[in-house]
Amino acid sequence: MDAPGPRPFRAALHELAAEVGDQGPVAMVGGRTAWDVGGSVADDVREVRAPEGIVSIEPAEMTVRVGAGTPAAELDAALADSGQEVVIGGRKGGTVGGALAVGWSSIRRPAVGPARDCLLEAVIVGADGRLVRAGGPTVKNVTGYDLCRLLAGSLGTLGFIGEVLLRTRPRPELSAWMRGPWEPGVEPRLVVRPAAHLWDGTRSWLLLEGHPDDVERSMGTLQAEGGQEVDAPPPLPPHRWSLDPSTLGALLHDDHGGFVAEVGVGTVHRDLPQPVREVGPAVRTLHQRMTALFDPSGRLNPGRDVLHR
Amino acid sequence: MGSTSDDAALIAELVDRLGHDRVHHSSVDRALHRRDASLIDVGESGPICFPRSTAEVVACVQVARRHDRPFVARGAGTGLAGGAVPLEGAVVIVTTRMDAVLSIDAENLVAWVEPGVVNLDLSRRLAPLRLHFAPDPSSQQACTIGGNVANNSGGPHCLALGVTSAHVLAVEVVLPDGEVAMLGGLDPDPVGYDLRGAFVGGEGTLGIATRIAVRLTPNPVEVRTMLLGFGQVDDAAATVSGIIGAGVVPAAIEMMDALITRAAEDFVHAGYPLDAAAILLVEVDGPPARVAADVEVVERVAREHRVGSVRLASDAAERELLWKGRKSAFGAVARVMPNYYLHDTVVPRRRLVEVMRQVYEIAARHDLLVMNVFHAGDGNLHPLLMFDGREPGVLERVHAAGAEIVAASLAAGGVLSGEHGIGLEKQSFMELQFSSDDLAAQARLRAAFDPYGRSNPGKVLPLGASCADVASLRRVPDGTWI
Repeated sequence: MDAPGPRPFRAALHELAAEVGDQGPVAMVGGRTAWDVGGSVADDVREVRAPEGIVSIEPAEMTVRVGAGTPAAELDAALADSGQEVVIGGRKGGTVGGALAVGWSSIRRPAVGPARDCLLEAVIVGADGRLVRAGGPTVKNVTGYDLCRLLAGSLGTLGFIGEVLLRTRPRPELSAWMRGPWEPGVEPRLVVRPAAHLWDGTRSWLLLEGHPDDVERSMGTLQAEGGQEVDAPPPLPPHRWSLDPSTLGALLHDDHGGFVAEVGVGTVHRDLPQPVREVGPAVRTLHQRMTALFDPSGRLNPGRDVLHR
Repeated sequence: MGSTSDDAALIAELVDRLGHDRVHHSSVDRALHRRDASLIDVGESGPICFPRSTAEVVACVQVARRHDRPFVARGAGTGLAGGAVPLEGAVVIVTTRMDAVLSIDAENLVAWVEPGVVNLDLSRRLAPLRLHFAPDPSSQQACTIGGNVANNSGGPHCLALGVTSAHVLAVEVVLPDGEVAMLGGLDPDPVGYDLRGAFVGGEGTLGIATRIAVRLTPNPVEVRTMLLGFGQVDDAAATVSGIIGAGVVPAAIEMMDALITRAAEDFVHAGYPLDAAAILLVEVDGPPARVAADVEVVERVAREHRVGSVRLASDAAERELLWKGRKSAFGAVARVMPNYYLHDTVVPRRRLVEVMRQVYEIAARHDLLVMNVFHAGDGNLHPLLMFDGREPGVLERVHAAGAEIVAASLAAGGVLSGEHGIGLEKQSFMELQFSSDDLAAQARLRAAFDPYGRSNPGKVLPLGASCADVASLRRVPDGTWI
């Protein structure tokens, strides 16, 4: 039996840590596809990149270990061979680490859950230039504090993600988009719970996924209610709003223009950005303490602020 | 500190806020609240408070603070790692009288509950709506949602659906400084850090949850429960990773070895195969075609691993009977020996076969009987080391064997805890899994919530890690949290 103890890090992570160092402002760059979220980093800040490449795929474990700098599309292609996938949000051309640092979830969130929940373990470089392992290598783990949840969506302000272990899931055998005149709350009774329900105020797009027989049965139900199969969902406007899903009906009457809303989730895609959301004083204090403790000199991704995303 | 006489002023102030009937401090009350469901016996309880509202929790926290006394939140006290065990006369704040289901929104699948709502009571309330709360720990008849949040609790049906963190949208928290914060929200991406995610699983060291928005799960269209009996433990264990590897994620895969199967069978007469070395209880759910296809895959993989018997529950009553044996297993073991020590580690599924072998070897080497009933689907081992506490020296052997099981799990690439938490039980093992840098980062998370160590101090992080805590605090600019 091997002696248990903290696991060592591979060389590429030590190199990243050395590059980050412990002095001066530094920015972690991925695909620059969400570079403006939470404010911009000044042009003259030194840039570093996370290691690229897939470290290991364990289909029977339903996990994959990957350098955070790996393009999300590359990860997706690599997992396709074993019939699995990792579903995280993020724009085309983005990296795995970037998607997790921004924390956007896929429009398939009703079926696959939020992006943050696939993060099982992260190796990060802290503001002191030291490597830290957050989370653990198993699909279930409550050992110590849940740093992984804190890191997802943190915009790199608490530490730079160098490598991650992600939970995978089986790819659906069949997926189909159906478009029809349905409204939220009057969704037909389907044997398949839609993996996504998009609504623009007049029409709905439902994504059906799963066993072909179940999917086809639900497609039949929807066709009988005025629906038709389409190749793709509608194009999504560039800005994301985060709203209580029970309030989506109010979108019909506000004056911020058109929208495509994720029914049951509350993410709303619009042409205009969401106004800055206020937080209470206690939550603000928690944020100040968190950044003060993890990055006392504010050197990690300076200019980006999770409270202004 | 903590004796009745020292507490007079503290008690007077608590009584002033809550009334006599909701501040208990007799020696009997203190004895009742100095332990949880573990064997840990180092607790020392201060006065015990039973607040009914967030404002009363704030009052308890503020009074404790004025008297320079730590506090510890407590639900039903079913924890197994000492998380709710009060140390050094901590004020015990029991949340069981905050037990209202505040609202249920069936359309948007969310309910607001108070922390004292019992886990199973919530799912019973939801049953007419064909909804449930997914985490189903074995203690679900007694444990509270507040306790589930503190421990990030699991249960058999967390294999496909995830543990408590995946089912909590927002938590109203009384922070250790007495401020009230709403962490998370009903919207999908609340602004700022995921403080909700950081708080869940904090084992009561980050504050006290006073209102919780939980995600509700629709009941599946169809459910099939299978009982698979194997002549070899190895074959049962290999079937688990075989099923997952074949692309099927069942709702649950539970494993029981021969000894505990017999104990459970004597207890509930579920018709478990008594000639099997191990049984798997596999449940698949979803739409009809999905379920039918998954049942076929599970059967095929089981046959590839020499399954001896396959039984498919024919109706809901039979399904409940099969589950009843599993869920009452811990009670049934009392027929075998008066005491047991229940461990909780996780290993990668593909290492289950070898780690199971090691568990049996370790127990045999320490002359102990071991029974295994566990969440095999996610590699979450629960070996029960059986003993008779009247036997001199037996606890030392139990602890030694437990430490070896923990070490074997870590050596196989596993972790210290899958659902019971660290509490006091596994603090000393933390350095086997984490480096000092890892632990310092965890200490920072904790310090952000509780800079002065008032909330359930002395838990989770190994005692040495508190140095990092203090060092981190000194780097914080003046006035940051004034």
